[in-house]
Amino acid sequence: MQLVDQAKVKSKMQTRLAQNKILKGVFFGATMLALVVLVILLYRIFTQGIGYLDIEFFQNFASRFPEKAGIKAAFFGTLWMMAVIAPVALTLGVGTAIYLEEYAKKNKLTTFIQINISNLAGVPSIVFGLLGLTVFVRMLEMGRSVLAGGLTMSLLILPIIVVAAQEAVRSVPKELREASYAMGATKWQTIKKVVLPAAIPGILTGGILALSRAIGETAPLLMIGALTFVAYLPENFLSGFTVMPIQIFNWTSRPQTDFHDVAAAGIIVLLAMLLIMNSIAVLIRNKFSKRL
Amino acid sequence: MQGSVRQMIKDKKEKNQSRMKFMEKLVPGLLLLCAIISVLTTLGIVFTLIVETITFFNRVSIIEFFTNKDWYPFFGDNPDYGIWPLISGTLMITGIAMLVAIPLGLAAAIYLSEYASDSVRRIIKPILEVLAGIPTIVYGFFALTFVTPVLQNVIPSLPIFNALSPGIVVGIMIIPMIASLSEDAMSSVPNAIREGALGLGATRFEVAVKVVLPAALSGIIASFVLAISRAIGETMIVTVAGGATPKLTLDVTESIQTMTSYIVQVSLGDAGFGTTIYYSIYAVGMTLFLFTLIMNLIAQYISRRFREEY
Repeated sequence: MQLVDQAKVKSKMQTRLAQNKILKGVFFGATMLALVVLVILLYRIFTQGIGYLDIEFFQNFASRFPEKAGIKAAFFGTLWMMAVIAPVALTLGVGTAIYLEEYAKKNKLTTFIQINISNLAGVPSIVFGLLGLTVFVRMLEMGRSVLAGGLTMSLLILPIIVVAAQEAVRSVPKELREASYAMGATKWQTIKKVVLPAAIPGILTGGILALSRAIGETAPLLMIGALTFVAYLPENFLSGFTVMPIQIFNWTSRPQTDFHDVAAAGIIVLLAMLLIMNSIAVLIRNKFSKRL
Repeated sequence: MQGSVRQMIKDKKEKNQSRMKFMEKLVPGLLLLCAIISVLTTLGIVFTLIVETITFFNRVSIIEFFTNKDWYPFFGDNPDYGIWPLISGTLMITGIAMLVAIPLGLAAAIYLSEYASDSVRRIIKPILEVLAGIPTIVYGFFALTFVTPVLQNVIPSLPIFNALSPGIVVGIMIIPMIASLSEDAMSSVPNAIREGALGLGATRFEVAVKVVLPAALSGIIASFVLAISRAIGETMIVTVAGGATPKLTLDVTESIQTMTSYIVQVSLGDAGFGTTIYYSIYAVGMTLFLFTLIMNLIAQYISRRFREEY
């Protein structure tokens, strides 16, 4: 008596193995397709923009002539924005994280704040623009200024920083805190002198990534009314301003295709800046990840 | 001598004590204040949207908003405020994006979690993260200057501004999101289950599709819903490449307008403070906010409710 029909099993086996092999290829292809798109995108932008990328591009303001158009105002506008976003968002974000991780008891308020933060992370950025326009520009009368834009962006990236900082604080071992308490330190002393220094690499990594997200965001600042044609540098936090993504948007939406090349040059600068910031974040993560 | 050292320590301690006590009380309060800011932000968003939307509905009837099939706010004397063209534009972009992102993202997730070796995963995952970190204005530029011309080679009648090109690019933008969230869900399926199936003679593909996918389904669906929410709220790609023609259409080659790109259009122009057009962006923003909020809540519900416990 033959229990197994060898021939049948063999033929079935072959089709199943072939199916596995083919679909492995399909899945690999799909993964690669995403990477190919990335390569095409970068290649296109570099070949298109490299011609306009020279010293003058950084020294010139916006212009009606593509050859004279530069990114100076937008570049410095971005730096001014960072000067607002970094301290505001980091203080609020780290403060929230420490409160939630170290002080908050598990009650309804804490749960509510936590749920609220994860919901806030899913709100479209343009809605933050509407908030900024209404509250900062109109109600608090900051005008279309660096400050109004920076505060709006700070709120936008707040959830990212809170989550990153929470993780960093949570990963500080309990023993360090207990040792500190045993030495007679108070709670705040422990947090300030033990927990925070140990959590700093994680907080910085998350903070830099969040900041680079803010640098690339365009929509909320368009709402705030960051100007699209600026031929001066901001003088203080209440000055009008523009930033690199908005300058790029402006160049992109012009009908003359020459400006598309200028936009590509701007994109190279923007991407280079993001790449540098991301590398710094990765470096911090690698340098400190083995300690503790 | 000994006494004086003790005295010095005691003095110093007393001096610090009162300040320390003060700090211990003050700091939690300050930190709570930080935490409250995020709640205030949400309240601020909800209140500004509600208040300004009410002002809008005092001028334009809510019935017109939901029944009129035209959206022509710039028609001087007789403007039309029917939200449907903007909703249909938004959903069309979202639909195209999902057609691109779900198969590709899921395939990438299956490859990364079931087939790829550790070293391959360690190379590919960061590259996908780069894809996710590219500013959307760059994707918009890419859609307008590369994808649209390529598509025009295939469909010669395609206008410069259309729904197809930004839809595809939004899809590309959210591939990493679906891939990485689904991959997380799939790799949290314990290896014992995989090994059980492999031990019974299943192929890798059968394990992936018949065992791992069903086990990770809640996480995968949650990633789809989050991606949909992201696509609905996406602004710059559709503003740059989608055009500004609010139209109730199913034709993907036509120029359309989404809720987000309408808001940008108004804020770029000179719709003065206090005009009906100015308030209309809040009504549109409210609609957008509700759409994405519902999606986010659904995603949270799915991943909480259907989380498989192993």
